[in-house]
Amino acid sequence: MAPPTSSQIKPGRTLLALLVIILAMGATVVLQKALVPKFGLDLAGGTTVTLSPVTSDGKAPPQESLDRAVNIIRNRVNGTGISDAEVARAGDNIVIQVPGAGRDEAIKLVATTAEMRFRQVLAVAAATTPPQTLPTSAATPSPSAMTPSPGASPAGRAVSKVLAEPTPTPTVTRRARSHTATGEKSGAGTRASRAQATPSPSPSATPGESEDPLAGQDLTGIDPALLKEFRTIDCTAKNKGQGAQDDPDKQIVACSQDGTARYILDKAAVQGSQITTASAGVRQDTGAWVVNLDFKSQGASQWSDLTAKAFEAQPPRNQIGVVLDGLVITAPASNGRIAGGNTEISGGFTQETATELADQLKYGSLPLKFVQSSVVSVSSTLGQDQLRGGLISGAIGLVIVMIYLLLYYRGLGAVGIASLGVATIITYLSVALLSANVGFRWSLPHIIGLVVSIGITADSFIVYFERIRDEMKEGHRTLRAAVEVAWRRAKRTILVADAVMFIAAVVLYFLAVGGVAGFAFAMGLTTLIDIMVVFLFTKPLMSLVARLKFFSKGHKLSGLDAERMGRTGAEQTLQEA
Amino acid sequence: MPGIISRLYRGDIDIDFVGKRKLWYGLSALLMAISILGMVVHGLNLGIEFRGGSVFDFPRVANSSVEEVRETIHDAGVHQVIVQEAGPNWRVTTESLDTNEVPKVQDAVAKKYHLKADDVSSQVIGATWGGEVSKKAWIGLAVFMLAIMLYLSFAFEWRMALAAIVALVHDLVITAGIYAWSGFEVTPATMLGFLTILGYSLYDAVVVFDMIKEVTANLGTSAKMTYTQAANNALSHTLIRSLNTSLVAILPVAAILFIGTTLLGAGTLKDLSLALFVGMVVGTYSSLCVATPILVTLKEREPKWQALAKRVAQREASAAKQAAAGAKQAVVAGSQNGVPAADDGKRKKR
Repeated sequence: MAPPTSSQIKPGRTLLALLVIILAMGATVVLQKALVPKFGLDLAGGTTVTLSPVTSDGKAPPQESLDRAVNIIRNRVNGTGISDAEVARAGDNIVIQVPGAGRDEAIKLVATTAEMRFRQVLAVAAATTPPQTLPTSAATPSPSAMTPSPGASPAGRAVSKVLAEPTPTPTVTRRARSHTATGEKSGAGTRASRAQATPSPSPSATPGESEDPLAGQDLTGIDPALLKEFRTIDCTAKNKGQGAQDDPDKQIVACSQDGTARYILDKAAVQGSQITTASAGVRQDTGAWVVNLDFKSQGASQWSDLTAKAFEAQPPRNQIGVVLDGLVITAPASNGRIAGGNTEISGGFTQETATELADQLKYGSLPLKFVQSSVVSVSSTLGQDQLRGGLISGAIGLVIVMIYLLLYYRGLGAVGIASLGVATIITYLSVALLSANVGFRWSLPHIIGLVVSIGITADSFIVYFERIRDEMKEGHRTLRAAVEVAWRRAKRTILVADAVMFIAAVVLYFLAVGGVAGFAFAMGLTTLIDIMVVFLFTKPLMSLVARLKFFSKGHKLSGLDAERMGRTGAEQTLQEA
Repeated sequence: MPGIISRLYRGDIDIDFVGKRKLWYGLSALLMAISILGMVVHGLNLGIEFRGGSVFDFPRVANSSVEEVRETIHDAGVHQVIVQEAGPNWRVTTESLDTNEVPKVQDAVAKKYHLKADDVSSQVIGATWGGEVSKKAWIGLAVFMLAIMLYLSFAFEWRMALAAIVALVHDLVITAGIYAWSGFEVTPATMLGFLTILGYSLYDAVVVFDMIKEVTANLGTSAKMTYTQAANNALSHTLIRSLNTSLVAILPVAAILFIGTTLLGAGTLKDLSLALFVGMVVGTYSSLCVATPILVTLKEREPKWQALAKRVAQREASAAKQAAAGAKQAVVAGSQNGVPAADDGKRKKR
């Protein structure tokens, strides 16, 4: 913002600076080919679903759970292959935006609750059936080992543990990583390491065609229908079955979350809701990252049975699949019976992967339930109508304000119109730039906010013009002096008034739901643009035109003629009071 | 009455807003009472966003009638069906449907009128959504008022902040009253409008207060005007400005209202601009006739200004006799102190 002194002396320089800013913005817009801003679904057509969490106690759900839920839903939506779908948090709500038509499927998909269950692994194979299958593939992306705590050690918790963990990275580790049953007495730890996996199938692999992925595995007790399903699924596909509502009383086929392996899993043995806590930590003795897990009493005894049963089984049945929202997030091998629930999952974790798994387990303990608060789908024709309506009313509003300014303020009005024009250009460029660089989508509330703000922008000019007229009335000042004196006073009024609008915009933006936030954003943006235009354009322009005879001599059409100004000079003034 | 208009244009007017404050207070109190009565008796006509429900919009094809549309949708298994014209579209409001029923209705309509299912826009709002929307709005309102109180106390002083907030509450209550009595539908877009009114209402008040602050800053102990008179002068002085800023702010809103009503018939544009329109009209009244009078009432309780008012009254009393003959036109800007208004006659004497 140009200080008054410099703009007083060199108004031309300020105008030039503004011109440079505008040209720079314009050039960026053109270079980025961002001439047409992106529009929201209410204008472009599409479906918007707002999900609100429901908690049993009516309190706001924990933030991490919401973030986790967003990830899960995003995962599901991506699985549908709908491009451009967006899942985002808006306060405690989750908003899913699906552009275009054919959205019923997506709507149904997002509303179900993501549950977690623990199931014994019955069979495992690489994600798809590659041409060259390894005989026994234990495609645990990351193998894991669970170390049971053999006895209650005095330290209590230290005792029981197990671990397994998935390598999140699709490193082509051809063998399942054995879980190092870190430390203690678990000779059992070595067992799991036998499993071999080819987790990275080549994309060209046609599932089902080649060698049987199940060759060599013990298939007793597995529902034959599942075997068929297992042979044909492709876990490298986008839709890996995320969001599937698995029946806890049935065996299921599921993919690993990272898409590197597929599993047949037994009936659910423990529900995720039995988890009390889960946390990532570092083992004192080895310095390795591990995930600690505890169960409620009922869950602990179920867990104890499950780990024992798995421990006694041959690989890959020694693994326990943790299934969240239809995907196996990890499948650690059991190192022995884990009584009491205190469990440690270890093996190849980094801080990041350990934290991720702990968060998933925590979420599994208390999955968020959602209701569809609002489902709005706008046809592209209705969207276009709304856009047209918004733009037309913006144009009409702009034009009548301009006409009014011209009729009322004559020559001064022309300055006001030029200022509004500049404000309009800067607004458009800002809209285009935000859209191209921040991915901002403009919806109807934004556009209404912009239109409504025309009045606020014009208000600033009016405050200034009236001040100039006041100064002219009050003393026999020359116009050039009046323009400067009036500016010093009007500046303060404009800043205070704009500050109030800006506070309103900020408060609404952060506290409101849905469209109100968009409206507030537009209002805040235009308030800033208003200040920019008044300081960098209107004021310097006034300083320049004040030198013109047309204005300084009070031409009849200048808006500053003696007759219009009414009682001039001599009489009154408030300041003298 | 061209005389008044040109005087208004020149800012050459002397309307005694502040002196008549009892009248304004009475009027505002009455309006607020009527508004509150309306809210109690009629209540607000809440849109489906607050009640829960479904809305379908689709192009109004030739030869379709309200009855026919209602029947079509009724046959699709929906019980409560309200059909309205909305610009070039039909707008059908029903009870809250679930995700399976919505496509059924869309298909039925599309089949009947040979549209694509995609041409039928829909909106389904759960029953609890409105509660959240309103809760957020109330929190937003409270935080906003607090922030504004603090800011105005800092930029001006607490009395001005208080006067501005009272005027703001006044605007909201009366706007809500108008909605209650007229039965206009209240939607989230309407609330958006309400919230925006707050900003406008304050913009006006800020312009006036800024002038009052400036004018009264020069009132020393030897001043010939009381705070009341000075404030009234400031108000008269900024009247044209207030009217202008309000009018200019209302013009674009009126454009939205016009387009929203004629072109689109219903929906966000109309709801929002109607609320803004009503609110701005009320806001203009309140910044002139409520905010400043309250400020003056508060200020005149300060000892400094009471003392000044007393001195001015004494001076006026003695001057009045001499001036009586010369005073052209006694516009009595009576303050409650019984001080005659500053008029042209007096100014000349200085």
